[in-house]
Amino acid sequence: MVKDQEYLKSKAQYCLELAKKIGATDASITVANSISETVSFRNKLLDESNRSDSLAISITTYIDKKKSSISSSNLLDSNLKILVEKCVETTKITPEDEYNSLPDKDLLAQEVKDLSLYDDSHIENSKKIEYLKELEEIASQDKKIINTESGFSENKSNFILANTLGFCRGYKTSSFSASCVTVAKDMNSMERDYEFTSKCHLSDIKNPSELGKITAEKTIKKLNPQKIGSEKLNIIFDKRIAKGFLSAFASAISSSAIARGTSFLKDKIEQQVFSKSLNVFDKPDLVKGMGSQSFDSEGVKSETLKLIDCGNLKEYLIDTYNGKKLNLRSNGRNSGSTNLYFENGTISFQDLLNLSSKNLYITETIGHGSNLVTGDYSVGAAGYLIENGEFKYPISEITIAGNFNDMFKNITLANDLDFEYSTNSPTMMIEGMVVAGK
Amino acid sequence: MSNFFEKSDLSRKDAESIISETLANCDDGELYLEDSKSESIVLDDNKIKSSNYSADLGFGLRCITNEVVAYSHSNDISRDSLKKSAESLKSTFKSTKGVYNHTIPKSNEKYYQDINPIDQKTLNSKIELLNKVNEYLRSRDNFVKQVTASFSGEQKSIEIIRAGGEAITDIRPLIRFNVSVMLEKNGRKETGVYGIGGRQSYDEYLKNDNWKNVCEEALRIATVNLDSKPAPAGEMKVVLGPGWPAILIHEAIGHGLEGDFNRKKTSAFHNLMGQKVASEGVTIIDDGTIHNRRGSLTIDDEGTPTEKTVLIENGILKNFMQDRLNARLMNTRSTGSGRRESYKHIVLPRMRNTIMLNGKQTQDEMIKSVDRGIFAVSFGGGQVDITSGKFVFNCTEAYEIKNGKIGAPIKGATLIGDGPSILKEVSMVGNDMMLDPGIGTCGKAGQGVPVGVGQPSILIDKMTVGGTQL
Repeated sequence: MVKDQEYLKSKAQYCLELAKKIGATDASITVANSISETVSFRNKLLDESNRSDSLAISITTYIDKKKSSISSSNLLDSNLKILVEKCVETTKITPEDEYNSLPDKDLLAQEVKDLSLYDDSHIENSKKIEYLKELEEIASQDKKIINTESGFSENKSNFILANTLGFCRGYKTSSFSASCVTVAKDMNSMERDYEFTSKCHLSDIKNPSELGKITAEKTIKKLNPQKIGSEKLNIIFDKRIAKGFLSAFASAISSSAIARGTSFLKDKIEQQVFSKSLNVFDKPDLVKGMGSQSFDSEGVKSETLKLIDCGNLKEYLIDTYNGKKLNLRSNGRNSGSTNLYFENGTISFQDLLNLSSKNLYITETIGHGSNLVTGDYSVGAAGYLIENGEFKYPISEITIAGNFNDMFKNITLANDLDFEYSTNSPTMMIEGMVVAGK
Repeated sequence: MSNFFEKSDLSRKDAESIISETLANCDDGELYLEDSKSESIVLDDNKIKSSNYSADLGFGLRCITNEVVAYSHSNDISRDSLKKSAESLKSTFKSTKGVYNHTIPKSNEKYYQDINPIDQKTLNSKIELLNKVNEYLRSRDNFVKQVTASFSGEQKSIEIIRAGGEAITDIRPLIRFNVSVMLEKNGRKETGVYGIGGRQSYDEYLKNDNWKNVCEEALRIATVNLDSKPAPAGEMKVVLGPGWPAILIHEAIGHGLEGDFNRKKTSAFHNLMGQKVASEGVTIIDDGTIHNRRGSLTIDDEGTPTEKTVLIENGILKNFMQDRLNARLMNTRSTGSGRRESYKHIVLPRMRNTIMLNGKQTQDEMIKSVDRGIFAVSFGGGQVDITSGKFVFNCTEAYEIKNGKIGAPIKGATLIGDGPSILKEVSMVGNDMMLDPGIGTCGKAGQGVPVGVGQPSILIDKMTVGGTQL
């Protein structure tokens, strides 16, 4: 069982009081416990079992505008005393920064919302094994599948965040995840693909046969890929890749990137950054949402933001420190975006494929090719060639490149949005990107 | 040396008996204890942005039978906690009949000193130096708009206790100094990043005002990129500079030669042992024994002394990198490549310092031989798909080559290639081998470990460059 709120609170309060007593003007403490149990399978046999129990404390002390942090996994009171003392001592010699402070008191969350983020269900390892057996049985049916790996993980966490403004709240969360990776082989090639499911509640995860079936189909479909020539093409991004553009967007509008001036979206508030038909929301109070939160990691309440309205940038994601630097108030995004999504487009998936006679459908990108300072984008990619709305053959060993400033303004979305992850996009088409191949 | 039992109700003797009992019918396993201290001090936007210190203590108990690994870890080193872990492992193996392998090689070599770099330099002097870096860079160039500089240091003290009570220890220092500078000129912004580090004290790397060289290098890269033009797109010849560009070797070849992927037959290299996988003249080693290097280890995280492993010799595939588990299942020996990020992670076969050895040609000869291509000097990160063998990496400093001459700098582009075939495209190997400056971290299965790379200049006859200019 994860440690209860009372235990976590007692550790946090002990540190807060001690910090005050030995000279801190303010302090903030996070205590968190997380227990996870994972079972892994390979080729229909048990491969690994892993139990992890982590307890961690993170202490931040302020002396007026000076600030320092310390973290540890040793929560014995005797060690906490040493840590708090060391933290306060370090704070004394750290230079002042006028923007260092706890959040404004009126912005602190007044409640923990009931967002149904915790499911008390416990699934025994023997049940996890049954799930994985069924999954791999289905995944390995086709003889082209030569290797299957899968895992089932259960995670329960609890935390408390306390500061010297009197804030002291926390809550439990849980997640249940299953994943599958298959390798397919034919005369000419060997390919790998994956699928996973992760939910707060055990009953919401995909059933094992569905997961196994999807993974195997995806992998077999990739066999015998070709390389195409270099040309300018319209590119359709599978949902699991399309959501990555939203993540890049979220990083570029974080108040830290804006305050440091290292974002291609700096000074773009009220300007058009996406296609005119697009709206982007960040919704922290989605029930059972994988990115849901009652408050951010500073205790600041968070509400739904319409970040993009008809293509125009309306808000940044703001934390306390960078907010003060920018003369803006925190909107509870110290931990970044929450449940971030594009509003659905107006055309169906098939109509999107039919928009042009030849395009690429990208299911996989590799490399870290996003430059958020310049907006330049260049990654390795694999997927399929689509002609007249039909999947023709798999493509690999190509790169796709462009610049976010242009790419974002040339997006068309399908109407197939779902809330599978914390960041979600419908299938997306971007016109006129450069493909490099042969 | 950390005494893990000093403040615990768990005595060494108790621990030994719990370990021996738990592992009695297993093939392998151990108790891994870790005490790590780390710090990070970051200057950003003209200010000391953060000064963090972290102290972590914990254990991981592992038992292995056949192919199955059971692992349990906790940050509570106590009798109760270790017993709970032992029970959790036993429940995985209901009836096992393994024979514990007590053999573990020994060595007296040490590749770094037992120091704690954090305590060897005061916080004040670190803050002072970061401020100096900031002032220096901003005074060097009017176009400097942003400077980030950081120190990170750690000391990791580990002990491995095996069934029967054999104990092996290691103390590992590690530091890194990093500078990132952003320039803005005529509305264009470009960054340059450079860093240094390894397993010695901060001052060993900073002496003789060496920090200025780091600043100058970051500034030089950013300046070059301010004038960069869009990169070409398509297949062409690529000349790689010496040193850090060897992350190409790391991504394209290294991961595919790790034992686990080959035992599981998911690596594109699994059936190529003894075969020609690279051009003649290409020799690649993975070396854990270079003194004070970031990727070096006296012993790996299973207690095996590290070594210099020949992976590819004159084009022929010779060895995979092995931990104990994969070595046993593949009927070979561990190469001292079993590594884990921390006590919270299982052991995997990993790279240490992966190096291509010198050939005979000069960089000049390579450039002169290219009609149309690019010259890549520095890279950001890379990634590989082990199964298909496709890998990428991102240039952070590159130039076009036209008619045998180096031309204009080009914007960061991704290069993509095919691991098993790329080394056959190497047509020249230079005589200017260099090791990287000590900044690499390799990620695998969610675990990051420090690594090194090195190579001479090389010419690759055919690679796809992911630019925007057709």
